[in-house]
Amino acid sequence: MSAGAATAKKQKISVPFDYSKYLRAGKLPHIWCPGCGHGIVLKSLLRAIDKSGLEKDQICMVSGIGCSSRTPGYVDFNTLHTLHGRAVSYATGVKLAKPELKVIVVTGDGDALAIGGNHFIHTCRRNIDMTILVYSNAIYGMTGGQFSPTTPQGSMSTTSRYGNIEPSFDCCELAKASGASFVARGTAYHTQELERILLRSIQHKGTSVVEIIDSCPVYYGRQNKFKSASQMMEMIEKDGTVSVKQADRLPPEKVEGKLLRGILHEAERPEYCEEYQRLIDKVHGK
Amino acid sequence: MAGEKKKRLMQGNEACAEGALYAGCRFYAGYPITPSTEVAEVLSARLPTVGGKFIQMEDEIASISATIGGSLAGLKSMTATSGPGFSLKQEGIGFACMAEVPCVIVNVMRGGPSTGYPTGPSQSDVMQAKWGTHGDHPVIAVTPAYVQEIFSETVRAFNLAEKYRTPVMVLYDEIVGHMREAITIPEAGELEVVDRAKPECPPEEYLPYDQRYEIPPLAPFGEGYRFHVTGLNHKDDGFPTNDPGMIEEGNKRLLRKIENNKEDIWCNEDYYLDDAEVLVFSFGSTARSARFAVRKAREKGIKAGLLRALTLWPFPDKALKDAASRARAVIVPEMNLGQIVEEVQRHVAGPAVEGIHRVDGEPITPAQIIEVIERYA
Repeated sequence: MSAGAATAKKQKISVPFDYSKYLRAGKLPHIWCPGCGHGIVLKSLLRAIDKSGLEKDQICMVSGIGCSSRTPGYVDFNTLHTLHGRAVSYATGVKLAKPELKVIVVTGDGDALAIGGNHFIHTCRRNIDMTILVYSNAIYGMTGGQFSPTTPQGSMSTTSRYGNIEPSFDCCELAKASGASFVARGTAYHTQELERILLRSIQHKGTSVVEIIDSCPVYYGRQNKFKSASQMMEMIEKDGTVSVKQADRLPPEKVEGKLLRGILHEAERPEYCEEYQRLIDKVHGK
Repeated sequence: MAGEKKKRLMQGNEACAEGALYAGCRFYAGYPITPSTEVAEVLSARLPTVGGKFIQMEDEIASISATIGGSLAGLKSMTATSGPGFSLKQEGIGFACMAEVPCVIVNVMRGGPSTGYPTGPSQSDVMQAKWGTHGDHPVIAVTPAYVQEIFSETVRAFNLAEKYRTPVMVLYDEIVGHMREAITIPEAGELEVVDRAKPECPPEEYLPYDQRYEIPPLAPFGEGYRFHVTGLNHKDDGFPTNDPGMIEEGNKRLLRKIENNKEDIWCNEDYYLDDAEVLVFSFGSTARSARFAVRKAREKGIKAGLLRALTLWPFPDKALKDAASRARAVIVPEMNLGQIVEEVQRHVAGPAVEGIHRVDGEPITPAQIIEVIERYA
């Protein structure tokens, strides 16, 4: 390799990604607390969107209510901040009315799986083309730290003062069983892996669900005696998960109790808007 | 006969669906519920024939949500429901008010409360139409009484929704929803059809809640105007605000845009009103009995008259006050335990105000109304 080529390569690597292209001027700082992973996820998401080649006008980002659902306010797309649990239903309306839009839903564990649980499973069942990102931090952050459908049993929260007695949902199993044709899990810790997963989920045609394991140090962390945001990320996101590729090579005891990361399910199923267009064509005798 | 338009025997709910299509409705999201289901059934068959979209959602909340989403993507959108479903749709109606998203919500009123009497009529959701969602905001609700009128009022509801960037409710009851009458479908162009104003400014200058307009133009998603929509109190650019002045101004503009245009939104039928000494104020299918009762009273030499509201919200206070100023009594028949009668009392000073109420799932008969008219004769 010539000296010139090495320099060129080095320069290429050193060019930082320009997030400002996708962020709305004047809308930062965001509302997320120090130590929250939502900003890290947003960066992975914006890099993935950039790699997807989608134009900003083509993207409609829809959210519900909660900390993660504030994301659309910061990004320069067609953005819709809706009601608690209803993001996927608003998104279904947008997508069916204008199928050429790429619809990305940003939602949280409480938003998608508790108050929006019914909408979530039926959206997956229809396999309508949209990417649903479930930021899963096992807590209701916006309201101050109540247990959610993904809070582990035994965990403390402001509404489980003696430890949570409820079993938790596995978001990915639920999505798969409901009919989502692409299901994956990433974490805020594994940023580059998350970027790759998000790109694949955006490129997928049909309902894609990505559960993003994320940490809420302020409400979940403090109540459950984590020492710091970084310790929490390492314990929950790094040590508490294992990639599907690694899991194949590891003895079962090293995988047990850990959440799998990576693409967990991918299938080709008829997409709702395309099926609807076929219905219109059929009505017109085409 | 040449030139004579073809009449069709049509059910009220079917006329609603046809009226929606005439108005340009191209998106419907709904959930089955008696007695409104035929609206969905007809549109599921008819919308694809005009390239429109029909989707049956998993519940009523999802239906109003998808309806709002469809409208934001640029299609004229509607959902239809009854009683319990109307309760569930309220949060979405509030969102559409706040975010100023045009859409039409049909409520074919049945007996309540709760599951109530699904196959019987009522007019007991009229206050819910006004105050059903939390927060303070005006609404527009129209109350057709005939199958032909369900068609034309559904068209008008779309026009008002698009013109004023607001949800508009079409309230009729099970009687007229399931009634079959001969109607004439107007030719294209015969009834006015209004499309929402779109922005003409360059995208970088677009403000979806521009305070300089009473009703700011609404850009559809995906056409170069990238903007933000939220149910939070927001500034003129659509982004949330905690500024007390902006919060108050935003809320007041919602009220103003309807209040300032009441003359345009109102629509009433006057029947023997000029010299009426006994006034009947009515709406929906009950007004059919009221009209008959007034005619019978006139035959008996009683100066009775009917003021029939086609726009129930905003309340037609001006027409009512005017008619009541010449009357001894105002009689308010309604299939509920006394909702609009209180609104009438609020606006009328002088004449006696008496309600006729019925909640047994049977219509108020002309005889019931005549009896009260005669007492004030």
